[in-house]
Amino acid sequence: MKYLHLIWASLFRRKTRTILTLVSIVAAFLLFGLLDAVRTSFAEAGQSANGAQRLQTGSRLSFIQALPQSLQARMEQVPGVKTVTYANWFGGAYQDPHNQVFSFAVAPNYLDLYPEMSVSDAERKAFADTRTGLLVGEGLMRRFNWKVGDRIPMQSTIFPDRSGSKNWVFDISGVIHSTDKKAAGFFDQMMLLHWTYFDDTTPYNRGQVGWYVTRVTDVNQADRVAKAIDALSANSDHETKTMTEQAATANWMKQIADIGLIVTSIMGAVFFTLMLLSGNTMMQAVRERTSELAVLKTIGFSSTSVLAMVLAESVLLLVLGGVIGIGLAEPLIPLISKGSNGMLALPPVGLGSWALGLSLMLGIGVLVGALPAWSAMRLNIVDALARR
Amino acid sequence: MKTFLLILLVAVVLGAWIALPWQAALVLAALFAAWMAATRAGHRAASVAGVGISTLGQRLGSSAVIVVGIAGVVGVLVAMLAMAEGYAETLRKTGSEDTALVLRGASAAEVTSGLDHDSVVQIAQTAGIARDAKGEPLASAELVVAANLPLKDATGDDEGSVQLRGIGAEVWAVRPQVKIVDGRRFTPGLRELIVGRGAAKQFAGLVPGHTVRLGSQTWTVAGVFASGDALESEIWADANVVAEMYERGSSRNSVTVRLADPKGFPAFKAALGANPQLKTEASTTLDYFSRQSEGTTKVIRAIGIVVGAIMAIGAMFGALNTMFAAVAARAREIATLRAIGFAGLPVVVAILLETMLLAAAGGVLGGALAWLVFNGYAASTMAAGSVGKLSFELHVTAGVLWQGLKWALAIGFIGGLFPAVRAATMPVTTALREL
Repeated sequence: MKYLHLIWASLFRRKTRTILTLVSIVAAFLLFGLLDAVRTSFAEAGQSANGAQRLQTGSRLSFIQALPQSLQARMEQVPGVKTVTYANWFGGAYQDPHNQVFSFAVAPNYLDLYPEMSVSDAERKAFADTRTGLLVGEGLMRRFNWKVGDRIPMQSTIFPDRSGSKNWVFDISGVIHSTDKKAAGFFDQMMLLHWTYFDDTTPYNRGQVGWYVTRVTDVNQADRVAKAIDALSANSDHETKTMTEQAATANWMKQIADIGLIVTSIMGAVFFTLMLLSGNTMMQAVRERTSELAVLKTIGFSSTSVLAMVLAESVLLLVLGGVIGIGLAEPLIPLISKGSNGMLALPPVGLGSWALGLSLMLGIGVLVGALPAWSAMRLNIVDALARR
Repeated sequence: MKTFLLILLVAVVLGAWIALPWQAALVLAALFAAWMAATRAGHRAASVAGVGISTLGQRLGSSAVIVVGIAGVVGVLVAMLAMAEGYAETLRKTGSEDTALVLRGASAAEVTSGLDHDSVVQIAQTAGIARDAKGEPLASAELVVAANLPLKDATGDDEGSVQLRGIGAEVWAVRPQVKIVDGRRFTPGLRELIVGRGAAKQFAGLVPGHTVRLGSQTWTVAGVFASGDALESEIWADANVVAEMYERGSSRNSVTVRLADPKGFPAFKAALGANPQLKTEASTTLDYFSRQSEGTTKVIRAIGIVVGAIMAIGAMFGALNTMFAAVAARAREIATLRAIGFAGLPVVVAILLETMLLAAAGGVLGGALAWLVFNGYAASTMAAGSVGKLSFELHVTAGVLWQGLKWALAIGFIGGLFPAVRAATMPVTTALREL
């Protein structure tokens, strides 16, 4: 530690070079911070404690196939089931079919199963009392400048009403506040409408349910409960497939893209070039300091401490740039989430990303410092001072 | 002030450069070569550049920083753009100008559309549809639904979604690009499937002669078809059998028709609109599939450009670093040149040329690597507007490679410009006194 000042001074001996190198390192770790957030948002989707308590039951045939509503009563009889609710995909869009919104037509008790969404008691009552009521996520309210009490037209990209029109009218009864910071991006953009209004208005649903959500009394019993639910409709024409919310979401994300592989290959390319670049800087730094290092050795610094100092210098360079880079990613991530209109809801840089980032900084620092440090250690004082 | 002007110049040059088509770039290169060959300043620039380039070998390590750094940027950029390109191309190829897709009014996609039996019959009778030898209209009414099937590389009972299309006998005339490559067509009325080549690669058990379970029913795979487009990611079966399983009765999702006249779409659309009993929306299949690919293509491209841009910043500063060091090492030579009467311009040009040559090498290397590794690389995603996994191949096109090279040269330009200007403007006396 007492050499920190010396290491710092040698690092900034050539300001331009060090700063230019630092910017490159900052860029690399900024990218790392952003991409790792994308990777985590895919990997951790649905992996919350609340998600573990919920089971999703859909048609075994396909996710577009609906299930009979009568299943609810039978599912509630399964031992280990606490509450059962259901929802339908509404496929809502505002003004333009491209302005798609996560919109579900839900059963009255839907909110009971999602403690992640909080709605004030008054607004919840207003929603229950309004046939055409809507509960809208905070972010979505802001996105379209809506207020509670507004009457808004929505298009359904899937369901026409009885006259064949796809334009629906709703009254906003309340706002959904997200209580789970990590999943806020999703619940923030959510829109919930009454299943009964939906079912009455469109001739195409005929009392069917898109999927059921079940809350289990004991998480450890989830697998058994899932099997018991599927057994209810085995060999019928509407067989079900029940999974925990975690498994269902993970499966879904995997079908969209193998994000992990893409992120890993990009970061591989980035860090490979970064190693070359910072390695070159360290080589230059040591080469031009040859005589200074020789002087250090002459006045009594051991070879190993010279080795340690050069290594420390390269690690310091990487850590400095890396911390700034990931630090820059922190404020950028909410901006990106905002800019994408909820399409991309990125979690903030987590502890895991910081830990992985720091170990990368240390690892790359040691790796690129190794060769110059080795040659600094092996430096022969007489040769170095004589510039041979 | 000078730095500010320089940055302004960079911004203007980059803006123009991005918009530049390759023909213009070629003209620019030719003009530059002519300037070098014909004018005195050009000759001088060439000789200074020659010296710089001949010493590249001694600075292998630091020159490699530029080449590899830029190769990394270009490689990643080209791979991402090739993904967008491959995706868009697969969907675009699915459509054509002379076939039209008719959906229920205001439907965004085939899956969410629905046409009752009467509408299907009326659509087929609309004027402008080509007819076969027997005088029947070439109109294929199809059901589009999804089915879950076990994935090939799955752990446990992981299932994926595949788009299932219920078809009639007319489909073969309407979609002549679809050919059976293995096995045979399904027998109408039976629970038999034919599977696309792409679907067969994604899902387990899609082999002719094998059986698969869709929901609670057992189906036999009769054959494999190829079409070279997005249809390959689907599985097909008899529309009536599919309708029974999905409780769709006699309704269908869409009607695809072959137009009698390749340019007859506006007339066909007008004829549909004139029928008061129909509430439909028609587009050429080319239009429909291009529209489906738009959003996703944009997203992939945007990700590629953002990632590329951040990497480019890193590579640019790496190049700046190397070139500042190179200029510093040659400070005395350059000062000597200027002392004996060389103007600043040839010096600037020479250093820019050297950096951009290294950058071009990096661009070519990165593009070549991306082409070797990723051209034809199989990828898949849940496609927008469909309900199944779409398999597609990354396609490294000439346009994508040119884009990569442009980026490389732009990075080289900025990386060389500032060191070059410093070399050309450093007071000669100071530079000569440097060690």
